[in-house]
Amino acid sequence: MSERAQLLLPIADDELVLGWRNSEWTGIAPFLEEDVAFSSIAQNEIGHARALYQLAAEELGTTADELAFDRKPEEYRCSKFVELRLVPDWAKTIARHYLYEQSDERRIGALMESDDPEVAGLAAKIDREEAYHRMHAQMWFDRLQDEPRFIEAVDELRPLVDERGEHSAEFTELWGEMTMVRRSVAGATW
Amino acid sequence: MIYEVFRQERKGQAFAHAGSVEAPDRAFADWYAREEFGRRGESVALWVVPREAVHEIDDFIDELERNYHRVDGYPLKEKLREARERAGTAAPADR
Repeated sequence: MSERAQLLLPIADDELVLGWRNSEWTGIAPFLEEDVAFSSIAQNEIGHARALYQLAAEELGTTADELAFDRKPEEYRCSKFVELRLVPDWAKTIARHYLYEQSDERRIGALMESDDPEVAGLAAKIDREEAYHRMHAQMWFDRLQDEPRFIEAVDELRPLVDERGEHSAEFTELWGEMTMVRRSVAGATW
Repeated sequence: MIYEVFRQERKGQAFAHAGSVEAPDRAFADWYAREEFGRRGESVALWVVPREAVHEIDDFIDELERNYHRVDGYPLKEKLREARERAGTAAPADR
């Protein structure tokens, strides 16, 4: 696998899976304005995944869709951190959102310095959107930082950030749902 | 808490009421307003105002029917024609 694909796939997988997990809040968030906001963030993450898959796909002679939906579960490189199903725990969800945005900022920042101009360019674009995600995560952090449930959630999740390796059972379940439609009509073009 | 949102479509244009957002504080209100009224290129600027800060006035008394206060209430054309006749001058367009 090319160096570029090696670099981009874990990030793309993280964004896709986290986007998927965050979208589980659509329609059930604690209040409506936040439902709209959090769903929008989820959709942005999936958009970032799409763009990253596209860059990787060019090198691998495949397509973004095939990378997103046609791989076997063990081929995904997302972290266990983004795999966790946290609904209906809003404190944990915000803790993950906050911790993820912090670590993603460093990772995207490093990509922006890449010698590969396409990678650096895409990273800069993604970062401009992520700035608003960080703002959103920060304002929730400021609001919840004294809540014991939130502090506990941050402490519990912090060590899991960027922990990769074998997937969780939750991921296998998620993969099943995520790829169900494409698997249901094998070989179809949409 | 409800915040009223006003949006400006193009630089220099007047802000018009766009809608409202419900948010726990100003930071959240700004974020939600940007999300709902600004991120699709439909606005160049937003005003986000706590609803309590907006004073609504809807009583406009006009007990003596002073219609000359209103733009449509004081037809000047006829009065002008009479005045011109008395002065013996024609309207500018007739000269």
